[in-house]
Amino acid sequence: MPHSDPSPSPMEEEVAAVAGSSPQPEEDFVMVEAGEVQGVVEKPTTAAEPASAQAKADEDTEVEIQQEKKTEVKLEDLFAGMDSDDDDEFPSSSKPQESRSADTSDASFELLRIYYQRFFPWRYMFQWLNHSPVPTNDFKHREFSLWLHNDAVMRYQSYNTSDLFRKDVMRLMPRRIEIGPVYTADPRDRKMFRTSTAFQPIAKELCFDIDLTDYDDIRTCCDKANICNKCWQFTTMAIKVLDTALREDFGYNHIMWVYSGRRGVHAWVCDKKARALNDQQRKAITGYFEVVSGKQGGKKVNIRRPLHPHLSRSLDILKDHFLKDVLAVQDPWQTPEKAEALLQQIPDTELREALRKKWEASPGRASTSKWADIDALAQTSASSALDSKDLLDAKQDIVLEHTYPRLDAAVSQKLNHLLKSPFVIHPGTGRICVPIDKDRLDEFDPLDVPTLQGLVKEIDEWVETDGAAAMAAVDVAGPGGSSQDVKHVQDWEKTSLKPYIEYFRSFVTALMKDERAATVKREREEDGDVEIKVESMDF
Amino acid sequence: MNRIDVKRPRNVLDHRKKQFADPAYKESQYPHRLNFYSTPPTADITLEQFEQWAIDRLRVLAELEACSFRNKTPAETALHMKPLLDKYLPLDATSSNNSKLHLQRQKDHYSHFILRLAFATTEDLRRRFTRVETMLFRLRFQGDDSRERAAFVRTLNLDWEPVSEDEKRALSPQLATTIGFGYGKRAQQVLDEDWCKVDWMRVPDLVESRKVYVKAGKAYVPGREQQSMVLNAYTKRLEEALELTARALPRLDEDDRLTPILNHLSKNFVAPDAGYTGTGSAVEGAEISARNIDALSQHFPMCMTHLHRSLRRDAHLKHFGRLQYSLFLKGIGLNLEEALVFWRSSFSKITDDTFNKEYRYNVRHVYGDVGGDSNRRSGGYSPYSCQRILTEHAPGPGDAHGCPYRHFTLENLGTLLRASGVTDRAVLQGVKEDTENQKYHLACNRVFEHLHKTEIKRAKDDGVMTAAQLETIVHPNEYFKRSYLLKNMDKKTQKDVKMEG
Ligand SMILES: [Zn+2]
Repeated sequence: MPHSDPSPSPMEEEVAAVAGSSPQPEEDFVMVEAGEVQGVVEKPTTAAEPASAQAKADEDTEVEIQQEKKTEVKLEDLFAGMDSDDDDEFPSSSKPQESRSADTSDASFELLRIYYQRFFPWRYMFQWLNHSPVPTNDFKHREFSLWLHNDAVMRYQSYNTSDLFRKDVMRLMPRRIEIGPVYTADPRDRKMFRTSTAFQPIAKELCFDIDLTDYDDIRTCCDKANICNKCWQFTTMAIKVLDTALREDFGYNHIMWVYSGRRGVHAWVCDKKARALNDQQRKAITGYFEVVSGKQGGKKVNIRRPLHPHLSRSLDILKDHFLKDVLAVQDPWQTPEKAEALLQQIPDTELREALRKKWEASPGRASTSKWADIDALAQTSASSALDSKDLLDAKQDIVLEHTYPRLDAAVSQKLNHLLKSPFVIHPGTGRICVPIDKDRLDEFDPLDVPTLQGLVKEIDEWVETDGAAAMAAVDVAGPGGSSQDVKHVQDWEKTSLKPYIEYFRSFVTALMKDERAATVKREREEDGDVEIKVESMDF
Repeated sequence: MNRIDVKRPRNVLDHRKKQFADPAYKESQYPHRLNFYSTPPTADITLEQFEQWAIDRLRVLAELEACSFRNKTPAETALHMKPLLDKYLPLDATSSNNSKLHLQRQKDHYSHFILRLAFATTEDLRRRFTRVETMLFRLRFQGDDSRERAAFVRTLNLDWEPVSEDEKRALSPQLATTIGFGYGKRAQQVLDEDWCKVDWMRVPDLVESRKVYVKAGKAYVPGREQQSMVLNAYTKRLEEALELTARALPRLDEDDRLTPILNHLSKNFVAPDAGYTGTGSAVEGAEISARNIDALSQHFPMCMTHLHRSLRRDAHLKHFGRLQYSLFLKGIGLNLEEALVFWRSSFSKITDDTFNKEYRYNVRHVYGDVGGDSNRRSGGYSPYSCQRILTEHAPGPGDAHGCPYRHFTLENLGTLLRASGVTDRAVLQGVKEDTENQKYHLACNRVFEHLHKTEIKRAKDDGVMTAAQLETIVHPNEYFKRSYLLKNMDKKTQKDVKMEG
């Protein structure tokens, strides 16, 4: 269920769109029209206020003229594609002057150019989305949306080749790239189709979004946009639960977890079967994962007994995290108010009273001790009415409430929802949205993720030290094949971005291998042709 | 609803004629009572039959939809629908040996296909048609003789893989939890159950509610839940068929005799939303103006009362609140000029300049005064029905829209109700139970009846209103209209009271 503020309002948005696309001298903006540009009304100083989403129409008349071009205004459609993931919205620290001007001399702009030119993994991005070395409709009909520096968002961009994608990004220097669905036709041609059936989304990765702000009622170390390694553990346990269920229950194999740059993660489930899910199925899987829900602040666990196998397995995964990362580290029932909230979840009146007495007698008693008190007092106070099964259920609910993944359902439910691309840079932290190696999940430190500034510095240092060493090595090897290798050392390989891109590469390689195997199998089944054509896979 | 306006080039293939007349005469056989409607009818029928059969089915479907809006349980719906089905669309079991069996099934078959043509035109109509047809199918499926039903299901080729005894035994602990036997003697119950496994994508609703065990992409469905798979298959096939029909529709010939009938049919399948699109006053004699809204708000349902109070308190409403409330006000007859006055004066903390820049356009858009062609033609958006308010855009923190019975905590709901003059303990208790049972309409109607009990009694006693006119309210504007008329009975003669809407 939605727990964040509603997305920018559609009616306002279409107006904002027009207002946002102030006169542009460049031809680039021919594509930008009302309805495609989703107005990004950036008011950094008032970002937290509801008013920040309000429309700005300079001229009513101007708006009307633009509106006529639209064939149909549907409330839902207008914001169906919007990314609700506020994590990635622009931070209050960015200065209006900087972000509004597309001045190429701007320092941060120049950094971005360096990044796209030297670090962004174009080739693997292409292979990831294309599922084959040769461009297919998987890539060609894919929607990209580019967020420009003048607050405009160019939606429905598409590219026939990886190179065209790269060139366009280098030309426009978007500060954010989002990935949408694959359509039945080239998104740029969508206006040629009259009916909604001729142009519609047909495939997209199944995505999940976890945002630590949804844990604000149970994390005590940080709140809002801030995170530290303590509360990051909520993300870690969420990933474990979801990743296990996606593999064991749903049979998916190609699941990539991507750090969202500040306080959350995105999952991209890339299996062919997952990409083809329709909205109803996406909604179903989101519902399958929904355990902690609640209206108006009070988060509640509401599940049937006996526990569904997914939930009993999740509890097994989570119980250690609960003791270690929640009770010991977060100490969630420290204050009298929180302790009282815990008491309200104890099903037996006598036990509740006994606990209350004990805790009132020792203020500041640690949550770990309080948790142990529940069982201890349940045994000694020997309340006749106490149902041990009720107590067990209540305790399970409490564990789930404090550990089970809290998802932003909107991101997962719609085929046409856009999500920020991996490897873009979070504008607030400067960190790269890197994939997280699930097998080394516990080692991942969000505060240690490479930043754009850091990368540029690293590459300079490399030239001074490692580069020199490498050149020396070539001299030793003498003229021959090995010098070739050194020349081909990519810039990203010289930096701390290396392990992330290498992980991404191996992920993409495995995905393409499976995809090819499926294609070959299908062809064989269809034609009865046993001959297998393996195209040169240039990884 | 109000834009069925398909352009039809002439001299092209008549899809309808093809569906109904080609291939040459071949009488359909109906071995089963239930029908997935995969084969279009081929025999000729008269124009009268064409129209009558379609109207009869439409009656049934409209009533079914009304049942769902009123949150009737399946059992209540079955009871409510029985006389209607017997009268308009009877369908007896094969074992009944009824001489009219063939005619019954033919009528069922044909009327379904005629309505497909009428309702394929827009996405909205298609969605609603699929929904109510699935409800009708479910009703019949549940009432079918179990042997005949099993025979019918076998003909569907649904590709279910039975779960072997060995696998049942191996997965017994997991399977047990999904049929509610988590504790005690469960293994035997698992073995007794008739399990099948299917791709989980085939049973999304069962997966969503965790009513099936899911492993490696397969859902393990107990016998008792297999109905849901049949219904899904039915819905899916109907959706696909309607898409195909929709694509063929624009090729229809304009001077066909069927066109006016089909248009008439689809227009009669009116959504509850659509009754209040007009900009004219919903009630005669009421002064619907910006300055009178405060006074009129005594007739508002709780959702609108809350919006009104929030607006007065904060001098602002968030987007969905503005949308829900301005559409409601439009529905009670507040015209565009007055609406602009109302919103301008209500947003008292902002400057004229801000209002003109940020809100004026939206208000005009709601009225269809600006916007794209279709928005203007249809006069803007329709006021939201309860169904929409209940199901779309659940409010987040700081939002004032939605349905208080559904979206408020019990405590906040109680405060709102007491502030609106509902203090009777029995009523409050009833509302509590209604909301806990997710019967939000019932809760709202309970409050309405309480607040108008004197007037309702009088209206009934004097014969001003029939029972039908006092049916469950499923639209906020109906709430207002009924409340206003009841409270102002004295001011009008009986003749002026128009309650049929
Ligand atoms: Zn923290």
